[in-house]
Amino acid sequence: MITVNNLTKRFGKLEVLRGISCHVAQKEVVVIIGPSGSGKSTFLRCLNRLEEATSGEIIIDGITVTDHKVDINLVRQEVGMVFQRFNLFPHMTALQNVALAPMKVRKYSKKDAEVLAMSLLTRVGLADKAHQYPEKLSGGQQQRVAIARALAMRPKIMLFDEPTSALDPEMVGEVLDVMRSLALEGMTMVIVSHEMGFAREVSDRIMFMDDGLILEEGTPEEFFQNPQNPRTQSFLSKIL
Amino acid sequence: MRFDDVFKYLPLLLQGTKITIQLTVVAVGCGTVIGLFVSLMRLSRFRPLSLIARCYTDFFRGTPLLTQILLFHYGIPPILGFNSFPAYISASITLSLNSGAYIAEIFRAGIQSIHRGQMEAARSLGMTYGQAMRYIILPQAFKRSIPPLGNEFIAMLKDSSLVSVISMPELMMSGKIIVGREYNAFETFIVVAFIYLIMTTTISQFVSYLERVFGKDDHGE
Repeated sequence: MITVNNLTKRFGKLEVLRGISCHVAQKEVVVIIGPSGSGKSTFLRCLNRLEEATSGEIIIDGITVTDHKVDINLVRQEVGMVFQRFNLFPHMTALQNVALAPMKVRKYSKKDAEVLAMSLLTRVGLADKAHQYPEKLSGGQQQRVAIARALAMRPKIMLFDEPTSALDPEMVGEVLDVMRSLALEGMTMVIVSHEMGFAREVSDRIMFMDDGLILEEGTPEEFFQNPQNPRTQSFLSKIL
Repeated sequence: MRFDDVFKYLPLLLQGTKITIQLTVVAVGCGTVIGLFVSLMRLSRFRPLSLIARCYTDFFRGTPLLTQILLFHYGIPPILGFNSFPAYISASITLSLNSGAYIAEIFRAGIQSIHRGQMEAARSLGMTYGQAMRYIILPQAFKRSIPPLGNEFIAMLKDSSLVSVISMPELMMSGKIIVGREYNAFETFIVVAFIYLIMTTTISQFVSYLERVFGKDDHGE
């Protein structure tokens, strides 16, 4: 589903990604962990070209994303993204947030888009908040609306960029519950997260990134019980 | 002091007031449309477009409005092969272009004040840059621009008095006519000033009302 070959990214002289290669299969759930500044978020943002790769190749669902002749908007329609700071549209209600892209990008009628939006809000447990503006919602509720908004495009892949890092602790669970149910339904997911319990429980594979490289990857069992790389061992010993 | 010599010209003053308001509405109205396009050009990644916008705003904000009015009214028509433009044409166009430059900067500041996560969220859903601007960025930026737009309206109302130099019969010109006939500069200009003051304080009340309504806004997230 996603293939990455030797991806690099520089910001000026700073080399943030130093040659990343990996493959994510359909229906696979991959969690990327690592210290801050290791390039996890940048890597995720390169996948839908919110950041331009400096070199290397990204192929998503058979389309070479890094090729500039490709219409990136078509790729983005298939790749949902959820941000750390939610980024809901503050001038629209929850329902309008979710219904907008189906209407404007997929050209659904207003009615069809709102039916779809309502069903997705119901699914994330927020049907009763459909007509509230984001500022009236808690962080956890906002993030669930943001997930519904991304799902409204019926994406084949979902990217999560530290989706629970900006939340108060008591709201983390409700967001993880929604993500867990997505994983169970077979959504292909790439998640940057610090939630180790969640990673262990839900992921098929864990990647450890540090200093712009994937240093180690494996199933949660291998990864947590028997890490090979000294940096991984040191990182895990600090956080577990 | 003889204020009755002023008040017998009340119809003239009211006619001038009406034209002042009309000029200001036209200037700020056209200026808003101009400002929208110029601010988008200015933020364009295509260099020449942004450079043109930059030159435009720099010229109209960096030179005196009085110079612009005289240049346009007396300088431009001969070049284009006309004898002259009617004063109301010169006045409307010059004030609109001037207002457009200031409003472009108001919109630019408004657009740039929107958190970049908004653009990223919109683009990540597959919207084009234009769609993201139209549905996400501009509505929020416009809301934040309403109070400074109100201030621009007040500034333009006062600055429109400068077109009296090309004999545009607005409020200031009405005053000059009365003084020319009655030699009562103090009484007449005090009354003229007072009429401007009534208009500007009314609008500024309205602007602060708008600030209260739109001020307690989102937090741009």
